[in-house]
Parts: sequence; C-alpha cells; structure tokens
Amino acid sequence: MTTVVTENCKGCRFTDCVAVCPVACFHFDDEMVYIDPDVCIDCSACIPECPVEAIFEEDDLPEGQEQWVEINAEKAPDLPLIEEPMDPLPEAEGRKADLGF
Amino acid sequence: MGSIGSESNPLRVAIVGSGPSGFYATEALIKSDQKVEIDLIERLPAPFGLVRNGVAPDHPKLKQAIEVYKKIAQSPEFNFVGNVTVGEDIKAQELQETYHAVIYTCGAETDRKLGIPGEELNGSYTATEFVGWYNGHPDYRDRTFDLSHENAVVIGQGNVAADVARILAKSVDELKHTDIAQHALDVLAESKVRKIYVVGRRGPAQAKFASKELKEFLEIENCRPYIDPVELDLNTTSQREIDSKEGRGNKKNLEIFQKFAESEDTGKQRTCISTFLKSPIRLEGDRRLQKVVFEVNELSGEPFKQSAKGTGKTMEIECGILFRSIGYNGVPIPGVPFYERWGTIPNETGRITVEHGGNVLPGLYTAGWIKRGPSGIIGTNRACAVESVSAVLEDIDQFGSDKPGREGLYAVLDRNGVQYINYAQWEKVDAAEVAAGEPKGKPREKFTYCDEMLAAANS
Ligand SMILES: Cc1cc2nc3c(=O)[nH]c(=O)nc-3n(C[C@H](O)[C@H](O)[C@H](O)COP(=O)(O)OP(=O)(O)OC[C@H]3O[C@@H](n4cnc5c(N)ncnc54)[C@H](O)[C@@H]3O)c2cc1C
Ligand SMILES: NC(=O)c1ccc[n+]([C@@H]2O[C@H](COP(=O)([O-])OP(=O)(O)OC[C@H]3O[C@@H](n4cnc5c(N)ncnc54)[C@H](OP(=O)(O)O)[C@@H]3O)[C@@H](O)[C@H]2O)c1
Repeated sequence: MTTVVTENCKGCRFTDCVAVCPVACFHFDDEMVYIDPDVCIDCSACIPECPVEAIFEEDDLPEGQEQWVEINAEKAPDLPLIEEPMDPLPEAEGRKADLGF
Repeated sequence: MGSIGSESNPLRVAIVGSGPSGFYATEALIKSDQKVEIDLIERLPAPFGLVRNGVAPDHPKLKQAIEVYKKIAQSPEFNFVGNVTVGEDIKAQELQETYHAVIYTCGAETDRKLGIPGEELNGSYTATEFVGWYNGHPDYRDRTFDLSHENAVVIGQGNVAADVARILAKSVDELKHTDIAQHALDVLAESKVRKIYVVGRRGPAQAKFASKELKEFLEIENCRPYIDPVELDLNTTSQREIDSKEGRGNKKNLEIFQKFAESEDTGKQRTCISTFLKSPIRLEGDRRLQKVVFEVNELSGEPFKQSAKGTGKTMEIECGILFRSIGYNGVPIPGVPFYERWGTIPNETGRITVEHGGNVLPGLYTAGWIKRGPSGIIGTNRACAVESVSAVLEDIDQFGSDKPGREGLYAVLDRNGVQYINYAQWEKVDAAEVAAGEPKGKPREKFTYCDEMLAAANS
C-alpha cells in the first residue's frame, strides 16, 4: 500500500501536505508534487491537509485515478525534494474554484 | 562575544523530550540560518518518545519515522542527553538560566480519568499503561494484566482504543515477529479473552478511528469484527454529517462498520464488538471488576458538534477486564506553567505564557502534545514544532547573551550525581536490542528496565 498525489494537484501545488510529512517523502516539478512510495510511511497525515483533496491512500483511489500510483513512483525519486511548503502556483486559487472546492 | 546565533556565540537551546516534536524542533533549528547548539534532554535512556513506546508494534512502517530522527541526530549541532528528567535531575529554573531558549516537548504522558465509581477496581486498567507495557516502556514494565477473563471492554473509540483492541484480538503468531516486548507476548499467549467490546459514548458516525485502522480488523486471523446492524441506524444530523464533505472520513468508517455488521460467524476464536451511545457510569465487582454499567445515550446538537446525553436507561456488560482509552493528559513539570483544564503548557503559538491567556515568558517555548493537547499523528508535530521554532528565531534579539549551554548543563548534572548518556551510548543500546531480536526473528528485543539500558550504554 502507498499514498498517492493525483490529478487535482496539477496546476495548484498548494503544498500544505509537505508541512506535516514526518519523513520528507514529497518531491515536486513545475506542476505538482509527488510522493516517493519507498520513503512514505503511510501515516495519512497529508491527506486531510490538501485543499483540493488530491491525496489518497492507494486502496481508496477514485476510479480512473489508478495510473497515479505508477506516476508517483516513477517521477518522485528523480525530482527535487520539498520539505517546507512553498507558495501555490499562480493559477491555484482559480483551479481550486473550478474543481469545486 | 558575538551576537547570539553567530559562530562565537551559537544560539543555545535545550529541548525537553525526544519524541517527534523534540526531533522536529531540532530539525527546524538546524535548518535555520543561525548557528545553533542543541541539547535534546530525555528522561529515558532511549529516544523517540511515543514512536518507540506508543505506536503499535504491529505497525512497523510507521516506526520508520525513526530513520528520519536518526539522520537528524547525526548533525554536529545535535547532542542527546538521555536518562535526565527535567524537574527532578535538573530544575526548570536552572535549565532556563543555562540556555538562551528552552523548548518543552515532553508529550502527554498520563491518562484521562472517567471519574466514575469503581474505576480503581482490580481489572480496570488504562490504555496508557497497557500500551506502555506491551511496548516495553520501563515505567510499565512491572504492571500485570490479568487476561484470564473471556470478556474485555475498551472504553473510547479513538485510534489508541483500536490499537488496544487489536493487540488483544491478534494471535501470538501475528505478533511474535514484531518488536512487542517479550513479557507481553508471553502473557498474551495465555490470553483467555474471547469477546472484546469497544464502546463509544457517541454514535458510529462520530467514532474517531482512522478508517485504515478500522479496516485492519477485517484481516485479523482469529477475530471476527462485529456490530449489531441496528446500531448503524443514524439520526438525521449524523446522516447529514456523513453526507457532507467534512464527513468524508466518517463515511468511510461507516462503510467499514457495515462490513462488520455483515460479517459471518465462521467460528473464529475471538469477536471484537463495536457498540455505541453508551457511557460507563459505574464499575462493579467484589474487589475484582465483574461488570460495567452503562447509561444509554442519545445525541443532540449541530452537525459535527453533537454531544451524548444520557437517557436514564441503563445496560450492563459483564467483563473481567476493562481498558479506558479516552485520551492522554500532560504531566506538569515543577516550575513550568501548566493549564490543568487542558493538561497542557499554556502558550501562544508556542511561546509559553504565565497562565492560560497570560503574558509570555521570555525564552520558554513548547511544541507537540504538551503544547496542543494529546491529538494528532506523528507528522502533525512537525508543523507544530516549526511554528514554535519560528517564535524562537523571531525572539532571538531578546535573549540574555551570556549562557553556558551544554557545559552548564553537565555541571549541574554532575553536581547532582546524575548518570546521563549521549547519542553514541544510545546507539550501543540500539545495536544490542537489534542483536537480541535477531534470533527470534524480531526487529529488536527492547530492554525494558532503565538499568539494563544503562548497562548496555556503558558497555
Ligand atoms: C498508543 C499510541 C499510538 C500511536 N500511534 C500512532 C501511529 O500509529 N501513527 C501516528 O502517526 N501517530 C501515532 N500516535 C501519535 C504520536 O505518537 C504522537 O502524535 C507523538 O508521539 C507526539 O509527540 P510528542 O513529541 O509531542 O510526545 P511524545 O512522543 O510523547 O514524546 C515526549 C518525550 O518526552 C519525554 N519526557 C517527558 N517528560 C520529561 C521530562 N520531565 N524530562 C525529560 N524528558 C521528558 C518522554 O519520555 C518522551 O520521550 C500514537 C499515540 C499513542 C499514544
Ligand atoms: N495509527 C494512527 O494513526 C494512530 C494510532 C494511535 C493514536 N493516534 C493518534 O493519537 C491521538 C490520541 O488518540 P486517542 O485514541 O487517545 O484519542 P482520541 O482520538 O481523542 O479518542 C478518544 C476517545 O475517547 C472518547 N472519550 C473521551 N472522553 C470520554 C468519556 N468521558 N467517556 C467515554 N468516552 C470518552 C472519545 O469520544 P468523543 O469523540 O465522544 O469525545 C473518543 O472516542 C489521536 O490523534 C490519534 O489519531 C494515531
């Protein structure tokens, strides 16, 4: 089992999740953050922090989001680590509203 | 002398308590742009707080948070001072005089009481002591738990209650390759417990379990999770709660409870029964606990603020053992302000205040459970500690400049004849535990007496 960041993070990258990660398992690119499954301890602290509900336990992934397990696992290890929250992407608030949050 | 935080006059900080909040406070200080010198003081000869002594032994993945703390401990700014109880081995006042800043991260080490007649009967225990006992915490090493009864009751429906019920429910085979203390495994092997009642004062939609914790009950080899289906009927407000966005977690819990209600009796040795809307009002027994009397509750109030009100109707559960798991509570340290009502150190975003809502005391800070109260998971303490350390860094110009720090600490401890250990010594204890676990196929066999730990530390 692992915990994964999904579609909703794309274009938002709020990074509230990062502040409560006990093990520094988040990585980021220009669009979003990803969880390194080899480092994540599945504590679920990040899940309720996400303002756009982008983070799920693998078991709980909504239908059509299953591909994110692989995407997180592939991308995270090669991307820079993020240990402190940073400013959301400029279009984040707009996207959040579009997503219905 | 240079300004505080410079090479010649590093910011000298004592952190009291080496659980997650102590380590995350350390991390935040190290990452700051000040030159720092940190002494992490711990009353046990072993670091890591509840990650070592609270987190359930059958959840090894969560214990991997320790790998992060081990890395932090390798920083040159860091120093561990184990086997030192602040308030006993050194006074809070002395500590304050020795350091620019002191951060209290001493957790919430005792339990809340129900405050009902019979609570002190033989057979009535606290989750705090049971958890400490199975995890090999030296304070609870010599407790005895009589598991020769068929019925056990757990009061409370938070994740600690889930841990207690799960440890009672699992077979020894499911536990023997974890870091559970051997003395606990031996007693659990003889357990006669067949029914475990997990009792909530509110309804199924208000249970505080994480759904992941709940789901695990569907996978226990010899235990059937069960709920009487009528107990899952919700009042309209609870229905509204679970239909709303904030009720996402509660809704998941209800789906799992539904599975419990539908579970078939396949002759498993044990049954774990969740039951709701019952507050214990008295424990009865002739010297030993024999039954719990509950008042049946109903809910009233706004969504997410519903509280349990007694209906006057009572019911009983016969049982030989009971664990109350209704939350932890802070322990006051002499000389450090304490807010009884919340069981916390009064503070404003981490700055300790004279009293709740009172003035800030310069140079004193707090983080973790003793700052916020006993809720939140390991990672919650990281954001919490970062907040408190930001306060330290903002206040840096107000600290008295001339503080001896570490040397001053050692001088007091030596004067008081305290035997303290450093991190390298802890690493010896750690290695010895791992080696002792190996032949048993366990990740470690913990030392459960401080004397044994100190002997290993000094070997
Ligand atoms: C039974 C249980 C199971 C849990 N399981 C999980 C889980 O699976 N996942 C999860 O994410 N969270 C879990 N938690 C929550 C998590 O353990 C806490 O959020 C976290 O440990 C709180 O950190 P802390 O540093 O504030 O306190 P603690 O971890 O309690 O650390 C406090 C430290 O201070 C020391 N200390 C106390 N007084 C003094 C003194 N006077 N002088 C010196 N040192 C002192 C103590 O010995 C201790 O080492 C669990 C909690 C409990 C109780
Ligand atoms: N795996 C994990 O992630 C894990 C494991 C263990 C602990 N933890 C965390 O550690 C923290 C502490 O856990 P916890 O279980 O001790 O606390 P908790 O989550 O606050 O649960 C306390 C339970 O006790 C009940 N209660 C309180 N007072 C009561 C009373 N007087 N009579 C009857 N019932 C009463 C509460 O009911 P009400 O809701 O009605 O108040 C609640 O069900 C939590 O944040 C928890 O998530 C996490």
